[in-house]
Amino acid sequence: MRVALFVTCINDALRPRTGRAVVTLLERLGVAVDFPAEQTCCGQPQFNTGYRHATEPLVRRFDRAFRDYEYVVTPSGSCTAMVRDNYPRIGAKAAAEGRGPELTGIAAAAVPKTYELTEFLVDVLKVTDVGAYYPHTVTYHPTCHGLRMLGLGDRPRRLLEQVEGLELRELPGAEECCGFGGTFAVKNPAVSAAMGADKVRNVTATGAEAVCTVDNSCLLHIGGSLSRQGSPVRPVHIAEILASTEADAQAPVEADTKAPAASGTEGSPR
Amino acid sequence: MSVTYLGMPAFPEAAAASTRDPRLRANLTHATHTIRDKRAKAVTELADWGRLRAAGAAVKDRTLRHLDHYLEQLEAAVTDAGGQVHWAADAVEANRIVTRLVRATGETEVVKVKSMATQEIGLNEALAEAGIHAYETDLAELIVQLGDDLPSHILVPAIHRDRAEIRDIFRREMGHWGRPAPEGLSDSPAELAEAARLHLREKFLSAKVGISGANFMVAESGTLVVVESEGNGRMCLTLPETLISVVGIEKVVPTWRDLEVFLQLLPRSSTAERMNPYTSTWTGTTDGDGPRTFHLVLLDNGRTDTLADTVGRQALRCIRCSACLNVCPVYERAGGHAYGSPYPGPIGAILTPQLRGVEGSLEASLPYASSLCGACYEVCPVAIDIPEVLVHLRERVVEGGPVTRGGVRTVLKSAKGHAAERAAMRAAGWVFGHPRALRAGMRLTSRTRRLHPRRLPGPGRAWSDTRDLPAVPAESFRDWWRRTRGTSSGSKQRGDGE
Ligand code: SF4
Repeated sequence: MRVALFVTCINDALRPRTGRAVVTLLERLGVAVDFPAEQTCCGQPQFNTGYRHATEPLVRRFDRAFRDYEYVVTPSGSCTAMVRDNYPRIGAKAAAEGRGPELTGIAAAAVPKTYELTEFLVDVLKVTDVGAYYPHTVTYHPTCHGLRMLGLGDRPRRLLEQVEGLELRELPGAEECCGFGGTFAVKNPAVSAAMGADKVRNVTATGAEAVCTVDNSCLLHIGGSLSRQGSPVRPVHIAEILASTEADAQAPVEADTKAPAASGTEGSPR
Repeated sequence: MSVTYLGMPAFPEAAAASTRDPRLRANLTHATHTIRDKRAKAVTELADWGRLRAAGAAVKDRTLRHLDHYLEQLEAAVTDAGGQVHWAADAVEANRIVTRLVRATGETEVVKVKSMATQEIGLNEALAEAGIHAYETDLAELIVQLGDDLPSHILVPAIHRDRAEIRDIFRREMGHWGRPAPEGLSDSPAELAEAARLHLREKFLSAKVGISGANFMVAESGTLVVVESEGNGRMCLTLPETLISVVGIEKVVPTWRDLEVFLQLLPRSSTAERMNPYTSTWTGTTDGDGPRTFHLVLLDNGRTDTLADTVGRQALRCIRCSACLNVCPVYERAGGHAYGSPYPGPIGAILTPQLRGVEGSLEASLPYASSLCGACYEVCPVAIDIPEVLVHLRERVVEGGPVTRGGVRTVLKSAKGHAAERAAMRAAGWVFGHPRALRAGMRLTSRTRRLHPRRLPGPGRAWSDTRDLPAVPAESFRDWWRRTRGTSSGSKQRGDGE
């Protein structure tokens, strides 16, 4: 099986190791991965801020990049939700305005083949044990888009439960939003910070070494608050946990911030 | 007692002030979490909740599509039953009608059933200007009124107050308006309720005019319905000689059968009760029973304009249960006053800018008062996709577009205040349209990453005040892929020698 990786703009620029982890993981499971270089951004920040028209070229670009693939896999719940919920809306609104008749068709084609990573593993590959080893205590924050728009349910949890050595800690108030919300964090900084503070307090209360999600945008927000507080809790994308093996646990941690040299997967809490 | 919502600051400023008030935060967190947990339990008791919710949405949608028909049917039925119907296009007209009706009775005092519609039009203030005193009889509304305060929640207007504050307000204010609070009043709920009961009883027994809203209006029979928990509303609906009901036109349902759905959806969503404690219905006037005269004021005030918007109109399904407020993480921190309207929380964030237009700075800020987490949509008993409407209204704020105002179709210009943001979005759009430029930009960022500040300038400043910015990686994913896999996009299959 050959799939296209939609790495997303945030992961591309700020958390490339998540993308590398997806590649490692999928290849380990026998899936060939392509990275169509034409891809950029799903358009979520623009759309959610009210610039719908600015997202139309990005919908077209998504189509150009992924047109030839049966599956598009992305390590981001919110970008998957953008494609699934909002591409059809963008198509319908454009049609109502008498423009871009092809957008509706593009959206209809993109929706069924775009999968968030854990959905792809559980629903398409039908695996929950991905052969990962991660000897740490972890708490899982179900991001709003993963939880409510995608309805991921217990898929991430089922995957985490099969990880060798991993101890899953229950997160109090798990289903409450972390307060990121894209431009919300900038437009309503006080409320966003108050929400983030409560989330971080709950994360810390679990005593876990790491907090994981299916979305790096939320994780950057949570991690930014943790880091400001000098907390030792590490934010880790679920892909990085699922890609880890016994060999990685022995190897030194490779940080994104080091110059490119070593290869391999990283992501273990220090 | 003169309160107003006008001239409220935009949401972010008001909310920033409330997040700094620890007492308010504690009151709100405690109250909303208690009721949201109860609601969740009450809802899981019904196996067919999902279908009920779909039925509620469907009845409302169908009614809204044929609103003119059902309103005319309602008017005819109310008139046949001995009531009088008045149509009010906006708040000013509604207030003028009610003031005239009260004046005609010769009374200068009225008792009121808790009503969102009369809050919306500022009826109490309008009556006060005409020398008529309106007494709120709902316990929480009474607390708000005595405290010269504003309601901050649809169901529990005084949710921002704790018991000690309520006791102080009762002790201080009750004597000015009627029977004073008992000596040595404590802050036990029983004593507070008793003090309110004694204070209000005087008003019920002397009032000649009652003013209410309604939760529903049944078109086929001309029946109005009020659901409440205390029974104070029923006193106002039955004791006075004249009853004036001010109701938004979207509250009509076609038949009695349709009520069945909402009388299940509403109590479980709002108070987590299986059945509503007091459900009062009245149809025109009846000899020897209840008010001698009944007036129905049908309020538009932006509703038909809202109806003209195919995405936004779903807000008119709202049955004001307040479930969306109780689960909203933003409401919980910001408090209801920050929304600058009697409709706070998620529903307020979509209803207020539609009823009033998005041109004001408060109204323009409301669609952004959400992280789009979707908790409100999940609990809404009539399935209003609040996040969808929020984004739709954001588009109206920044890009303008077609709107209906006073029944006239016009085109709104894009907002001036968003020029910098629009430019940034355009620039991002250009970069995302040119992958090579994107890669070059990422390279440059990586190369200069040691020079990057840990704090953002400009509007991002407040964000980085409380959070650390992520460190920029040395190599983007794009470049890693190119370096390790070459320019062609394929990867190797397992077992082919890697
Ligand atoms: S929007 Fe829905 S949840 Fe909110 S008050 Fe209205 S009916 Fe209730």
